[in-house]
Amino acid sequence: MKLHEYQSKRIFAQYGVPIPEGDVATTPAEARAIAERLGGKVVVKSQVLVGGRGKAGGIKLAHNPAEAEEVAARILALEIKGLPVRKVLIDRAADIRQEIYLGIVIDRAASKPVMMASSEGGVEIEEVARVNPEAIKKMHIDPFIGLRGYQTLWLAKGIGLPAALHKDFDRIARGLYQAFVNSDASLAEINPLVVTGEGTLLAVDGKMVLDDNGLFRHPELAEMRDVDEETPTERQARQADLSYVQLDGEIGCMVNGAGLAMATMDITKYFGGAPANFLDIGGGARADRVATALRLILADPKVKAVLFNIFGGITRCDEVARGILTALDEVKPQVPMVARLVGTNEAEGRRILDSSPYRMITATTLAEAAQKAVAAARGELEA
Amino acid sequence: MAILVDKNTRLVVQGITGREGEFHAGQMLDYGTQVVAGVTPGKGGLTACDGRVPVFDTVREAVAETGANTSIVYVPARFAPEAMMEAADAGIGLIVCITEGIPVLDMVRVKAYLDARGVRFVGPNCPGLLTPGEAKVGIMPGHIATPGPIGVVSRSGTLTYEVVYALTEKGLGQTTCVGIGGDPIIGTRFIDCLALFEADPKTEQVVLIGEIGGNDEEVAARFIREKMTKPVVSFIAGRTAPPGKRMGHAGAIIEGGSGTAADKIAALEAAGVRVAAHPEQIADLVASR
Repeated sequence: MKLHEYQSKRIFAQYGVPIPEGDVATTPAEARAIAERLGGKVVVKSQVLVGGRGKAGGIKLAHNPAEAEEVAARILALEIKGLPVRKVLIDRAADIRQEIYLGIVIDRAASKPVMMASSEGGVEIEEVARVNPEAIKKMHIDPFIGLRGYQTLWLAKGIGLPAALHKDFDRIARGLYQAFVNSDASLAEINPLVVTGEGTLLAVDGKMVLDDNGLFRHPELAEMRDVDEETPTERQARQADLSYVQLDGEIGCMVNGAGLAMATMDITKYFGGAPANFLDIGGGARADRVATALRLILADPKVKAVLFNIFGGITRCDEVARGILTALDEVKPQVPMVARLVGTNEAEGRRILDSSPYRMITATTLAEAAQKAVAAARGELEA
Repeated sequence: MAILVDKNTRLVVQGITGREGEFHAGQMLDYGTQVVAGVTPGKGGLTACDGRVPVFDTVREAVAETGANTSIVYVPARFAPEAMMEAADAGIGLIVCITEGIPVLDMVRVKAYLDARGVRFVGPNCPGLLTPGEAKVGIMPGHIATPGPIGVVSRSGTLTYEVVYALTEKGLGQTTCVGIGGDPIIGTRFIDCLALFEADPKTEQVVLIGEIGGNDEEVAARFIREKMTKPVVSFIAGRTAPPGKRMGHAGAIIEGGSGTAADKIAALEAAGVRVAAHPEQIADLVASR
């Protein structure tokens, strides 16, 4: 789950990380009021969960409250990479002398959090890693010992920070790590962390991604979820405990197991179609789950055919077949359906589908099922 | 021969009185696995699986009474990290964790704790292991597999069953099938299993089933090129997965442009691995050798 800039920075501030004075507005009038309260120059920043806000015109400087109102009105009317801007953050403008990067992610290869610092702040760290990897200094953090002073000193010296700022840098780095650990984050970054004209450090932009599996420990953070992070269908799926990702093809896929679901998407593409979604219905196949899943798939108007690919292991194919029929009674789809049930009790499962009033196209192999689904979506094959 | 689990495995089931734990303990017993003990705190002295398995409060007691050497964890996500550490402290040498949904930072601690004690673990969020004809430690359906010379290692569950089933249908039996799990932080990785299969005299070929996210397949490719003599066939799921979206498994995500199927396939092919275009081709490629 991604957090907005203003949410991330407020969390960082709770751990002693200095952030600019500012507040969030949902209307131009509110933006003006905040700018009046702050006084002087302000930055108006769109709060959307995508990168590249600056390039899209979503971050602007305003010299006075009237300009802040005008700029906020323009930004609040924007859509950035398909996401509507619903909120703007009004921050007091910082006197920026230097921009650095400071972030923590989980290093999967090392199985540990790693803190990264770079003298090249203000650009995406992936870009720095590609163009100038030597500019990034990394320090792995032992989960039992935490981030130590010698480590932050090594990072500070590594990115050429003057000695006068080492103590502040240490405090900010430790604060960021505490915020990361205590929020069950998978990413926490300050980019840029700026050196100001007054010779202090200030977290001008912030970003956090939280581990969905850790949210049970943080109900207050779970409430921060932005509705625009997922499509309405993805949200319904999450609430129904189904794993669903919307894509833009025409073949709806219903599969048990995540790896098999990806492989099913891939094979429809291999045979010239395009998957409309990733959907893992998980173990077991209770009829209500299958029905919910089918409704989600059919809610997408682009879907021209549905492909069921079920591998029965502990889950029995006859149970799944009954689940599919019950779901069809409820949902009554108007598009052709291809079913492939393999594994435990597959013969019985196929017999149940064949003798149903619904006309389904059946297949034995995955390749056959995918080819039939592609043909059915083109209107070249009927049950 | 086999890797990691065999007929000498003496298994303790942690969380045996839960719905999942008891069901799968029964399935493992029926397969012929030596399920010698179960553990559920507060249920010591009872039995599970119709009186076939004694239940203990702690893993330490289970080990002392039954000589268990391997543990399987069916404990819910919020208690599973402690269950794994308890097993390690009780002297268990191999821990298999089926549980899905454990927070990543909890796994960071578990991994550091278990690695420091030299304890091997498989998972979490995995289907476990199956050595056909000898032992089933996990949730893989036993009847789809048959003994033979193919080693299988995979990050997935049902996709693995699909491939194993296809191998069995073609008369290509397996030494051991290992599901290493779909989480970002896992105990046993591709290269660990590849090394074990390379050293196992009965294994003649290896099937490696990967997916998007992380770079374990690339690391495996380097290992295959430098260290392996046995042929490897692979399949990578997620060629059509969009970047930035988690595809079911917590670890299956393309982040910052890395972890794509294309990169993994290129790395494996450069190491001489034959990569199947779709799952059913795997058995054909294995058979063609």
